[in-house]
This record gives sequence, structure tokens and C-alpha cells, in this order.
Amino acid sequence: MTELLDILANPAFWIATLRTGTPLILGTLGVLMCERAGVLNLGIEGIMVAGAFTGWLAVYLGLPLWAGVGVAALTGAAFGLLHALLTVGLALSQHVSGLGITMLATALSYFGYRVSFPKVNTPPTITPFAEMAWLPVPILQNQTPLTLLALLLVPAIAYLLNRTPAGLSLRMVGENPRAAEGQGVSVAATRTAAIVAGSALMGVAGAFLTLSAFNAFFFNMVNGRGWICVALVVFASWRPGKALLGALLFAFFDALQLRLQQATGEAIVPYQLYLMLPYALSILALVLVARRAAYPQALMKPYRKGER
Amino acid sequence: MRLEKRNRSSALALLLAPVGAAVFTLLVSGLLVLWAGAPVAQTYGLLFKGGFGSVFALSETLTRAIPLILTGLAATVAFKARLFNIGAEGQLYAGALAAVAVGGMHGAASGSGLAWSPWLLFPLMLAAAALAGAALLLGPALMKARLGVDEVVTTLLLNFIMLLFVSMMLDGPMKDPTAMGWPQSVALQGELELTKLVEQTRVHTGLLIASALAVLVWALLKFTVLGFDIRAVGANARAAAFAGVPVTRTVVLVALISGALAGLAGAIEVAGRTSYVTLDMSPGYGYTGIVIAMLAGLHPIGVLAASVFVAGVLVGADSMSRAINVPTYIADVIVAASLLSVLVATMLTQYRLRWK
Repeated sequence: MTELLDILANPAFWIATLRTGTPLILGTLGVLMCERAGVLNLGIEGIMVAGAFTGWLAVYLGLPLWAGVGVAALTGAAFGLLHALLTVGLALSQHVSGLGITMLATALSYFGYRVSFPKVNTPPTITPFAEMAWLPVPILQNQTPLTLLALLLVPAIAYLLNRTPAGLSLRMVGENPRAAEGQGVSVAATRTAAIVAGSALMGVAGAFLTLSAFNAFFFNMVNGRGWICVALVVFASWRPGKALLGALLFAFFDALQLRLQQATGEAIVPYQLYLMLPYALSILALVLVARRAAYPQALMKPYRKGER
Repeated sequence: MRLEKRNRSSALALLLAPVGAAVFTLLVSGLLVLWAGAPVAQTYGLLFKGGFGSVFALSETLTRAIPLILTGLAATVAFKARLFNIGAEGQLYAGALAAVAVGGMHGAASGSGLAWSPWLLFPLMLAAAALAGAALLLGPALMKARLGVDEVVTTLLLNFIMLLFVSMMLDGPMKDPTAMGWPQSVALQGELELTKLVEQTRVHTGLLIASALAVLVWALLKFTVLGFDIRAVGANARAAAFAGVPVTRTVVLVALISGALAGLAGAIEVAGRTSYVTLDMSPGYGYTGIVIAMLAGLHPIGVLAASVFVAGVLVGADSMSRAINVPTYIADVIVAASLLSVLVATMLTQYRLRWK
């Protein structure tokens, strides 16, 4: 118990929580945008890998860090466009298209990494984003600008969704595409735009790993974070504010298990049980939220003009 | 761009669709080969030779196909009923772990003077594996049927939990004390191992079991009441319920069958190839099974062909990569790209694209 209090009293713990949470915030916002428009995007796991790789590669080849973030966003957008083409244009199964894109993006990234660096064993490094020491806010001043970006995007996307005409169209095509079409909103165009923008965010979520949290690209570095984001969106009932809360809560438990493990040693409880905790909590959250889950009504339903 | 349903699809188009998809995939992947600085034709030649070009290559391909057939069948059955089981990877590990737990009773029991006949223990071992796999999918299926929790996410998350559980077991109670500290389970006794089909190769009788199960699943879907119910639920759950199909019961049964098949994949891998459980015994067979089910158009017999194709690409890429400077990840690109292009091709046999 005292160990727990010691951990919670330490600012380093909260710094780690916010850092761990950043890619989850970005990824969850990305999934949220797609799903509010009615499209599930299971490509996120692979898109994060691709964003992490291309963003890092761009910086390694000499581009500035923010250009690397831009490259990662463009990579994400490109895969988003592919997903939109398959699910909106051709009305393929959103589950399968997303999984296919995850496989494709992951394989392409690993292939590209191996072609670029055939013989290296230690991954080449870059100089990542520096902490914002100039900020007079504790905990936030130990983060990089990408964390600030993620935090600012939460109210920005909430505003976009709830207060702008574009956001209204986006929500309409996710709830009732037929009605939206009747109002003169193009379902295909709106959905495509939402998927492309959301996937760009997923790319940036991946780039956070290579350009901020670490300074190199590793195999398996995304390691299920994308899937966690898909669970977090349900937990958040498709609301940006709750998405932030969920991402931070998850990161809290993740950081906590790491430190509890160090504090108590693995003699008492196997460390694997701690590692299971965040995943088990995700499932629990899904169950608890399920009863009052307000799914976008048209989620996973392909829309074909003039067909019932 | 809009889609228009075709009144009928020509037989030629249906036949050409997968061929066209394969050609398209090879053309696109060829660009990557060029990027790697290798001659495309030679690379594909080596890949084909490495996967199918000799008795040894073919035996390696068939060995690799065995777990893929079973995970492919697991995905096929589930997807037919629109139960999106993405958890075959975890179910495979659950099956492998259960198989070793039961199979290991041989040694423990004989120590206490109670020798189990392998004729009794082997079926028991397979049953335990099937049960373990089925149990792992039961939770998500019930959550889907009763609470409406999306099974994609729950089955996916359970993969991570299961892998950690295996890691915990291999670090603790099930660790082989003679493994020099490696996290691996005690090996199965020789009598419980599946015999080899061909001398000097690794291909084992698991191939026959998996093929027989493919035929069995096909017959189940085509000729039984349950099969009809599965297809009805998959086509339209609400209409099926209205027509008196017991939807919840069907979904649960499908989950049990699908999970059992994936669990068997783990047991048969252990009994046929690895003989003990390790944390890397599956390089994602559960996920590749999804691709195989889709490539096969959710047809159990098609799963056999798709498994051999995918296994051939994976095995061939390994041997190609040793001979020439193209990373093995090209195989994963080919598999993923062929999944997407087959889906598109199939769609285009049923719908006509109108640009407007």
C-alpha cells in the first residue's frame, strides 16, 4: 500500500502516464472520427506502424521533425484513402478491409525498413522532439509538442463535430446516411474525408513513438496500441472528451503496472498478470459500457445509393 | 462512383477474378522487388521454387499449411454466421497449452504407476485442446449475443491476454526445468507425437486430420440443420430470428466450433511439429487464417487450396530471401495484397462500377 502511495506521489509517474497516453489519445481520436462517420477502421494498428516508420525515415533522411510528422500524417491519409475506396466506394466488409490494411501497412513498413537497412542490428537513431521546458505547467513541461498537439486536438475535434456544419454532416452520415443524402450531403465524400482525416491522426499517433517517445524504429513497437484505441472509442461512447479520459485512464494503469512490478518485484505476483491488467480492464469497460452504448446507427453498414 | 448489382455474373468472370487478383498482386509486389534491387522474374522464380519446386519444398509448404487450414476453417465457420472471431491466435495457444497439460499426464501418471495408453490419452489431448479453444471464444460470443459487445475487439484483446498467460505458465508451473532457462513447456512423449507422412520430411499426419475436418465442416454447413441456421444468421440475423432460427444458440454453437478448430490447430502443431509449447510457436497463424478464409470465399474446401497457396508463399519467400537480397517480408505483402485484391475482384463479379 505504501508503495502505491509512493508511486502516486511521484511526479515522474504522472509524466509517464501522459506520455504513454499520447499515442492513445491521437489514435482514439482518429478511430472516433471514422466511426462517427459510420466506418470502422481496423487498419489503425498497421497505419500506426506505417506512420512510425515513414515519419522516422523522413527525419532520418534529413527532414525537420515536424515534416516527419507531416509525412506520417500523409502516410496515414493514403492508407485511409485506400480504406475509403474499399469500404465506401466498393462497400466491402469494413472488418476485413481494415484487417487487410493492417497486414499490408505492417508488411510494407517492415519490408521498407529491411530494404533501407539490410544489415543493421542496432536500429539507426534520430534526435527526437525535445521537452517543452519553457512551459510553466508542471508535468506538461516534461512532454514534447506532440503531446500538446494531442491535448489541443481533443477540444478542436469536439468543436468540429458538434458545432460546425462539416461536423453535422459527418455525424449525419454516421447516423442516417439516407437522410443525409436527402439533405444534399454526399455520403461517399463525407465518409471518405472523415476516414482520410482520422487515418492521418493514426499516422501521427505512430510517429509519436519514433519521433518523441523513442528515437528509432523497432519491429513490433506499436504492439497492440491500435487495437486498444478501437476499444477506447467504445469506452468513450464516441465522445472526444471521454476519449481523452479513457486514454489517460488506460495509460494510468499501464504506467502503474510497470511501477508496481518494479516496486514489488516479480516474486509475489507474476509480472504477466500486471501486463494483462490493461487488456482485461478494456474488456471490462466494454462490458460495462455496452448496455448504454450509443453506437453511431449506421456503423459498419455500407451505404449504396438507391439500394435498400 | 456507384455500384450497380449485376443481374448475373458470367462463369468466365467468376473464374478470372482470382486469377486477375493474383496477377495484379504480383505486378504490384514486383515494384517492391525492383525497389530492393533484385530482378523480378528471378525473384518470383526462386519464390515458386522454394515453395513448390521440389519434394522437400512441397513438404515444407504442406507442413506450414496444416495450422493454416485449421485456423482458416475456424475463421470460415465463424464468419459464415457473422461472428468476427479475430481471436484464433489466442485460441491456438490455449489449445497448445491444454494439449501439453493433458499430454504431460502421461509422464506424471506413469511415475505413479498409472500408465495411460496413448490410444486413450491422444484423443483426450485433442479434446482438451478443442475445449480450451472453444472456452476462450465462448465469453466473447456470449457477450456479443447477450450484451451486444463487439466481438472483434474482445477476441482481439483476448489474444494479448492469452499470450501473457502462456508466458506466465512457461515461466512458472509448466516450465521445462531442463530447458536451460528458456520459457518452453515440457515436451510431449514420443507416443503422442503425430507420425510423419513422408520419411525425411516434417509433414505429418496432422495434414490428414486437418483435411478431414475441412470436409466435415463443409458437410456441416451444407447438409445439417445447424449449417442452415448458421447461414441464415449470417445472411440476416433479424430475419433469421423472425423465421424461428434460435440466433443466440446458433452463435454460441458457432463459437464453440470455431474456437475448437483453432484450439486443435495448437494441439496438432505441438503433436506434429514442435512437440512443446513456446511463445513463438505461431508466427500469427490465427491472423493468417482470416486471410485464408477470405481468399477461399468462406468455402471450407477452398480453405485447403488457399492454405497451400499462402503456406507456399511464406515458405518460398524464406528460401528466396536466403538466395537473393529481398527481405522475407515480401511474403506478408503478397498475402495482404492478395487478400484485398481478391475481395475487390469478387465484388466486381457481382457489381458493376458506374462512374458518374
